Amino acid sequence: MKFFISLLLMMLLSFTACLFMEWWSIAIACFIIAALIRQRPGIAFITGFLALFLLWGGLSYWISDNNNHLLAHKVSVIILKKDNPEMLILITATIGAIVGGFAALTGSLLRPYRAAE
Amino acid sequence: MRIFFFILTAAVTVTLVYFLNISLKIGGAQAPAFGKFLSPQHGFWQNAEADDADFSADLHFPQLSGKVEVYLDKRLVPHVFAENENDVYFVQGYLHAKFRLWQMELQTLAAAGRASEIVGDIALNHDREFRRLGMVYGAENSLKQMEANETVKNECDAYTAGVNAYIDQLPDCKLPIEYKLLGYKPEHWSNLKTALFLKYMSYDLAAHENDFEMTNAQAFFNPADFKLLFPSIQDSLDPIIPKGTAYSKPKIPLNIPATADSLYFKKDTVTAIPVSKPNKANGSNNWAVSASKTKNGAPILCNDPHLGLNLPSLWIEMQLSTPTFNAYGASFPGAPSIIIGYNDDCAFGFTNGGRDVRDYFEITFKDDTRQEYWFNNEWKKTDFRIETIKVKGKPDVLDTVAYTIFGPVMYDKSFGGKRISSQKNYAVKWTAHAESNELLMFNMLNHAHNYNDYQQAVQNLHTPGQNCIFACKNGDIAIRTQGEFPAKWNGQGDFIMPGTDSSYMWQYMIPMDETPFQYNPERGFVSSANQRPADSAYPYYLGRDYPSPRGFYINRKLASMNNITPQDMEDLQTNNYNVFGEMAAPVLIKNINIQALNADEKSFYDLLKDWNFYNEKDSKAATVFVVTWQHFLDTVYADEYKNAPQPIAYPMNSTLLEAVLKDTAYKFLDDINTATKESLADMATIAFKTAVKELVIARAEGKLEWSKYKDTHVNHLLKKIAPFNREHLDIGGGTNVINATTSDHGPSWRMVVSLTEKTEAYGVYPGGQSGNPGSKYYDNFINDWVQGKYYTLWMMTKSETRDPKVKWKMTFSKG
Repeated sequence: MKFFISLLLMMLLSFTACLFMEWWSIAIACFIIAALIRQRPGIAFITGFLALFLLWGGLSYWISDNNNHLLAHKVSVIILKKDNPEMLILITATIGAIVGGFAALTGSLLRPYRAAE
Repeated sequence: MRIFFFILTAAVTVTLVYFLNISLKIGGAQAPAFGKFLSPQHGFWQNAEADDADFSADLHFPQLSGKVEVYLDKRLVPHVFAENENDVYFVQGYLHAKFRLWQMELQTLAAAGRASEIVGDIALNHDREFRRLGMVYGAENSLKQMEANETVKNECDAYTAGVNAYIDQLPDCKLPIEYKLLGYKPEHWSNLKTALFLKYMSYDLAAHENDFEMTNAQAFFNPADFKLLFPSIQDSLDPIIPKGTAYSKPKIPLNIPATADSLYFKKDTVTAIPVSKPNKANGSNNWAVSASKTKNGAPILCNDPHLGLNLPSLWIEMQLSTPTFNAYGASFPGAPSIIIGYNDDCAFGFTNGGRDVRDYFEITFKDDTRQEYWFNNEWKKTDFRIETIKVKGKPDVLDTVAYTIFGPVMYDKSFGGKRISSQKNYAVKWTAHAESNELLMFNMLNHAHNYNDYQQAVQNLHTPGQNCIFACKNGDIAIRTQGEFPAKWNGQGDFIMPGTDSSYMWQYMIPMDETPFQYNPERGFVSSANQRPADSAYPYYLGRDYPSPRGFYINRKLASMNNITPQDMEDLQTNNYNVFGEMAAPVLIKNINIQALNADEKSFYDLLKDWNFYNEKDSKAATVFVVTWQHFLDTVYADEYKNAPQPIAYPMNSTLLEAVLKDTAYKFLDDINTATKESLADMATIAFKTAVKELVIARAEGKLEWSKYKDTHVNHLLKKIAPFNREHLDIGGGTNVINATTSDHGPSWRMVVSLTEKTEAYGVYPGGQSGNPGSKYYDNFINDWVQGKYYTLWMMTKSETRDPKVKWKMTFSKG
C-alpha cells in the first residue's frame, strides 16, 4: 500500500514541480516523498525509479503519439544516430527513472528505517 | 553507516543531476544537456506539435488600440483583420515570432556578424567579414532614415512590439527546438534587427562582385584576349528593356579619370589565394502580360524569386487587412509588410537587378598604425570602429576596422576573408552603406491603387536594386529596373580602383528619372530574368556578367502566347526547357568525332543526340549535356588558365558558346601545350571522353537521371542537422531553365496573379508555414512544390469568417 501511495505521490509531485521549476525538481520530489513515507531503501529506490519511468515514459509516449512520432523520428536520428522513436522514449523514461530512483533512495536514508513501524 | 550511505547516494544523485544538466562534448560535437533536453515537460518533447493542434487563442495586449482577428486556414496561412495599421503590424510581428522566431533571430545575428556567439569560433571568419563589409554600419545608417519617416517608424515600432510581446510570454519549455539544441535563449527584437534583416537581403542580392578576380584576369591576359574572354554584351542578349529603345544623354557628364589607361586598365596582380565564392545564381523570373494577351481579358502577373532554398523558409504567407489596405502574399519573417504579392487593385513582384554596386579602392596608409591615409595630396585621418565579437566558450575577439572616405577597409593584412592574401589595403564602397528606406516601398506597394502609386513606391528602393514588376486591374502593366546605382564610366568598378584621390570615386547616382522602364508596351508583356537591363545604347556602364538565356526564352515564349490562362503561366514557371542546351548541344553533337568513340561512349553520344532539350527529372540526356558542356568549358580554357594567379574570373558559358558559333577557329580552342593546333572537333571529343568517365560513375551509382544527378535538397538553416533537411527531391530544372532549381537553389516562391475583378491567384513555396521541425506544417508544401502544383491563394473577406476553409481563430484585444 505504502509503495503505491509513494509511487503515485512521487509522480504527482514531480509533475507538479516541473510545471514551475527546472527538470531536476523531480529529484527533490522523490527525495521528499521517500523521506516522508518510509520504506526500505531498496524499495524506495524501486518506487522512485518506477515513478519517473512511468511519468516520463508515459508523458513522452503520449506527446509523441499525438505527434505521429514526427519529431521523435528526427531527434532519435540526431541523438541515437538511428531512426528509433521507441528507443528515444525508453531512454527518456530511463534517465528520469535513474534520477528519481537515486533521489528516493537518498530520501529514504535520511532517517533510520525501523521495520516495526 | 546509514549516514555514510546517505551521503554517498546524495552525492550520486547530485552528480547525476549535474551531468544531465550541462552540455557535454560527445564524439567531437556539443550535445545538449540531456536531463533538460529529454524532460517531457521542458525539453524537445514540448516541440512535438500534436497532429490536431489547436491554434485558436484569445490574447490581450496593452499595446493594441483595437481588436484584431486572425483566421488561420488549413495551410496555416494567417488572415489578419485589424482596425488600424499599427495593430496589423503588431500582430504580424507576433505571428512571425510565433512561427519563425529562431530563424528571424539567427538571420539577424548572422547579418550583424554575431554568429560566433551561438556556434563558437567556427563562425569567426564569417563574423569578421560581415562586420568589415559594414553590415551593421549600413543597418545603422538605414535605421536613421527609416525612423525619420513617421509611417515607417510607427510600422517598425508596432512590429517590434509584436515580436517582443511574443518573446515575453514565451516560457522556456516552448522555445523553438534549435534554442534547446544549441543551448541559448532569444533576446529582444528591435528596429535595428529589422534593418539588419534587410541588409542581409542586400548582402544576398547586391553583394555580387568579381573585382579581385577580374583584376587578376586583366593582369594575366593580354588586352585582346581579355576582351575575347570577357565581352561586355552577349550576342543572345534580349535585355529587359528591349533593344532599340532610345535613351537621352546623361544630364551630368561623367569624367573618366585621366590616369585610367595608365593606372587602372593596366597590368598588375593582386596577390591572392584560392577561394570559395558565394552562390552567384541568386536570380529570379518575373513577367506580366497585358489584358490583350489573356483569355479572360485581365492582366496576369507572375514572379518566382530564385534564392537559396532553406528550412524554415525565407518566406511566410500572410494576408494583412485594415480599413486602409488589404494585401496578400509572401512576407519576410523579420520585416513588416507583404513583400511579393497583391492587393485589391494590383500585384507586384521583383527580380534581382544584379548590377555591381560594390567596389574596392586600394588605400595607402602612412604606416602600420593606419591612423592616416593618402588622399588628394594629403594625409587624411582614419576613423576606427572597434568591433567586439563575442565567441561562445572563448574570450571576446576585438577587430579594429579602419573607415575611409570610401568606406570600411575590408581586406588588409590582418584579414583576407579566405579570398585574398595581401599586404595591401582595400576599402569597400557599397550602396548598402548609405541611408535608405526600402520598407517605405513595401508599405506603399501594399497600399497602391494604380501605376502612379507604384511608380512613387519603387523610387524608395535603393539596395538591393530590383526589376520591379507591376500589373493593375485597370489593365496597366509595367516594369522598372529600379535601385540606387552609381553612374559609372565604361569599365568603372570592374577592377580594383586606385584610392589615393577622388578621381575614381563614384561621381553621382543615376537620377531616378533616367531609370530604364517599360509601361504598357506594344508587345503586350514586360519581363525580366536577371539579364542586362538595357542594350548598349543606355548611357551608363552596366557591367558585363548578366545571364542571358532565361530571359531570352521567356520573351520568346511570351511573344508567341495568346489567350493566356493562369494555368498556362503556371506551366511556364515550371517549364524545364534548357534554351542554352538548345543552342549549345548541336555544337557538341556536330563536332564530337564519332569515329573516335568506343561502344559505351557512343551510347552516351546517342543519348545526347536524341535529347529534346528539356531538363526533365528523368532525362538522362540532360545529365549527359550538362556534364559534357562543363568539361568542354574546362578543357578549352584549362591550358590558358594553368599558370593564372588566384582568384581569377572565368568566362561565362554563353561567351564560349557564342565564340565557337561565330568562329570555329576560336583561338582558345588550341591547346597551347601541344605542337599541333587543336580544332573545335578535337576539343569537343576530348571533353566528351572525359565527361563519359564521370557519367559512367554516375550510371554505376544509379544517378544518371537528371534529378538524381542534380540532387536537389532544401536544408535546415543549420545544415548539419540532417533529419531537419529535406533531401533527394525528385525535381527537374536547373541553370538557364525557367524552373531554375539547382541542388540547393531555386524558385523560393512561385506566384501567379490574374487581376480579374475578384483576383484569382496561385502560389507555393518549398517549405511550410511553421518553422518547427516538430510540426506537420514545417515542410508540408515541399512535395507539391516539387510536383509543380500550386495552391489557390485566398484573399479572404470579412464576410467569409464562417467559411469551412477557416480552421482556427485568434483574437487579439487591448488589455
